[in-house]
Amino acid sequence: MKVLEVKGLSVRFDNAVVLENVSFNVEREDSLAIIGPNGAGKTVLFRALLGTIPYQGEIKWAGDARIGYVPQRLVIERALPLTVQEFLDTKIHVLHSNPAEVKSLLEVVRLQLSILKRPLAKLSSGQLQRILIVFALIGNPNILLFDEPTASVDSPSEEQIYETLHHLEDEHHLTTLVISHDLSLVYRYADKVLCLNKQQLCFGVPQEILSTDTLNKLYGTPRKHYEHHHSDHAHVHRQ
Amino acid sequence: MLTFIVNNPYYILLALSTAVAAGILGAFAVMRRMALASDPISHIALPGLGLALILKINPLIGAGAALLVGALLIWSFEKRTGISTETLIGVVFSLALAVGSLITSGEELIDALLGNYSSVAPVEFFVGLAIIAIIIIFLLMKRHELTLSILSPELAKTSGIATDRLNLYFLLALVATVLLGLRFVGVLLMGSLVIIPAAVAKNLARSMRGMIVIGAVIAVFSVLAGLLGASYFNLPTGPTIVTVAAGIFVLSLLRKKPD
Repeated sequence: MKVLEVKGLSVRFDNAVVLENVSFNVEREDSLAIIGPNGAGKTVLFRALLGTIPYQGEIKWAGDARIGYVPQRLVIERALPLTVQEFLDTKIHVLHSNPAEVKSLLEVVRLQLSILKRPLAKLSSGQLQRILIVFALIGNPNILLFDEPTASVDSPSEEQIYETLHHLEDEHHLTTLVISHDLSLVYRYADKVLCLNKQQLCFGVPQEILSTDTLNKLYGTPRKHYEHHHSDHAHVHRQ
Repeated sequence: MLTFIVNNPYYILLALSTAVAAGILGAFAVMRRMALASDPISHIALPGLGLALILKINPLIGAGAALLVGALLIWSFEKRTGISTETLIGVVFSLALAVGSLITSGEELIDALLGNYSSVAPVEFFVGLAIIAIIIIFLLMKRHELTLSILSPELAKTSGIATDRLNLYFLLALVATVLLGLRFVGVLLMGSLVIIPAAVAKNLARSMRGMIVIGAVIAVFSVLAGLLGASYFNLPTGPTIVTVAAGIFVLSLLRKKPD
């Protein structure tokens, strides 16, 4: 059963083409990885899916879609005194969610309750990433959009975040759309992969379509070394 | 000093309630990095004021009409073109200040620019108070939505917030506050009554709630002390109020919370 249908999606900024004719489907409880070089339009695709920028084409979410979104980063002025609790309260208030939800969500991402009193602007990038995950999970979403969930955290945290994500997918029957740079994780966790470089270069099961040729075409340079590096990495942390 | 307060209760009360709204609004304006925008936004009132004086109608009506048009212009431009509000406001409103200065004359120009004492009619007082109440209730009830849509429009959207409409309401609250403050602080400096108390609050507060409360308290204190001082030393009201606020800002730097 489809949870998202995208047909002929194009985005232009001041007549510059950022995305052109992108079409794909996401089945319920599937995990879709979106890969591509910097500037390929991955984050723009998410913005279009969330309806925050104008686009041409068709984006159809299932009627019961409740979307949680984890942005790549949040630009906050360091002096802003907004606390973590106040930040999370905004969504709890808007969605009329149960405030007690936060406690269990903090456990899921392995953060202490005491973090709630700290200013959001003073968190480390890893802590902020986890708080953004907690924020996304408030209101019990059935679809999660992650924009490079591990871009700003160190490798052990990266593993943990992916494990948490995988665990959440199973436990909460989530559909996930994940932008990722890490091909080893795409092979391990994604049911489908979408290759973007302004245009759609491939869409399908990773093991079937991610050939060296496709990757060379996508990134413009051989990716062998990169893949090798990351598989080694993952191996070390599994031990 | 006391005679001034006793003789002008409507004037003082309206000034203090406007200060509460300005202080609360400032917290969001500073967070939205609209600090600079809220300053020139008051300038667009000037051509309206000038035209109203020429046409011999209530200057506040002229200023209000000009501000409303200005707010709608910013909102629709920002929505369509994605150009930052600051740039638009910088260009359009500096022009408004220039045009306004050309069509307003002499003493009236000084009063419009710097604020003055003038009697507040009961009708004006009650209408003003009602508008202030609506602004304060809006800001406090919608503080979660405002905070989130300022931090990240994407997060706001996924939480089901209609960000476009909220932006418009916020701009309208800003121009209404500016309009009500014009009489006391003047076209040139009204923006400072929004910015400075919020900047003090940002230095001292440990939470957003604290920032809102401190901003409102500092704005009220600045207006009260400024009006009393202006009356005692026979000075223009706007510059006196803003000098008090700026003095508190300097003091707040000494007590800035540790990192």
